[in-house]
Amino acid sequence: MNFTAEQMGRYSRHIILKEVGAKGQTKLLQSKVLIIGTGGLGAPAAMFLAAAGVGTIGLVDFDAVELSNLQRQIIHFTKDVGKPKVLSGKETIQEMNPDVQVVTYREWVSAANIRDIIKDKEYDFIIDGTDNFPAKFLINDACVFTKKPFSHAGIIRFQGQTMTFVPGEGPCYRCIFHSPPPPDKVPTCKQAGVLGVMGGIIGTIQATEAIKYILGIGDLLTGYLLTYDALKMEFRKIKLPNNKKCQVCGESPTITELIDYEQAACDLKS
Amino acid sequence: MKIKVNGKDLLLDKEITVKELLDIQKVEMQDYVTVQINDELVDRADFDTLTVKEGDTVEFLYFMGGGAQ
Repeated sequence: MNFTAEQMGRYSRHIILKEVGAKGQTKLLQSKVLIIGTGGLGAPAAMFLAAAGVGTIGLVDFDAVELSNLQRQIIHFTKDVGKPKVLSGKETIQEMNPDVQVVTYREWVSAANIRDIIKDKEYDFIIDGTDNFPAKFLINDACVFTKKPFSHAGIIRFQGQTMTFVPGEGPCYRCIFHSPPPPDKVPTCKQAGVLGVMGGIIGTIQATEAIKYILGIGDLLTGYLLTYDALKMEFRKIKLPNNKKCQVCGESPTITELIDYEQAACDLKS
Repeated sequence: MKIKVNGKDLLLDKEITVKELLDIQKVEMQDYVTVQINDELVDRADFDTLTVKEGDTVEFLYFMGGGAQ
């Protein structure tokens, strides 16, 4: 692929890295990443992937921008309140980097549509930036079934966690967390609160994983759960085992169809 | 005896069960925490009977949502 003078300038700090180079930058420009949820996690992930020159970015979200989103969802601006998040996200990305094609899906993911969305552009990597467990399990199962790599993450209060699934190379989300907690057992994000920068830190790690996967460099968070405690300023990388008894990716799976669970959000620690 | 729980040393007088450890560590909603001992996932059905032993490395893994809304 021949770079234009503008691209040579724009991506010069990437191209100079021996792990990226012109070849790696070409891979990024030809890659496709799907971001499900254009909120606290998805916003910074989308912006860094756009800046990096990921050629196609899919954004999935049904919500419209609210004033209370702006404390952390940095892809949206004050003028965007009331606008569909996927549209607001698309506009920001296009202003950041015209090399990026943005595909928008103004819908919630469900058992009925998620495979079609993933298959729409044959995305290379998927980022789970959703805020609820039904969507997290749905994304996991859909990625296991369609053999797509994805980055899981969650944030709450001053804490965050993330892991990366690559088919055949480590445990999936369901290996560790078997099924969603009942909706009534979980406080919502709205009730629990979240420090605005948490999505920035964890969402940016998700973007890093996507870029590393596309470039085929370094070690991914496959088989590890990375946890972050902002108050203690502590990162921990916990090794996760494969679970042969996993209901979806184990030796004798019992879940063979996608499931729409009842809605619930956030964490269960307290 | 000494064990490690979520990266921190913990001294115990005697071997205790996973359930007792969850209580001591004040883990709420224990039905939804994933417990891992020395890189093995512990079956929830064994929480009341399986004991932690000298030198064990225990991890409590919590559900964490958040992100989009």
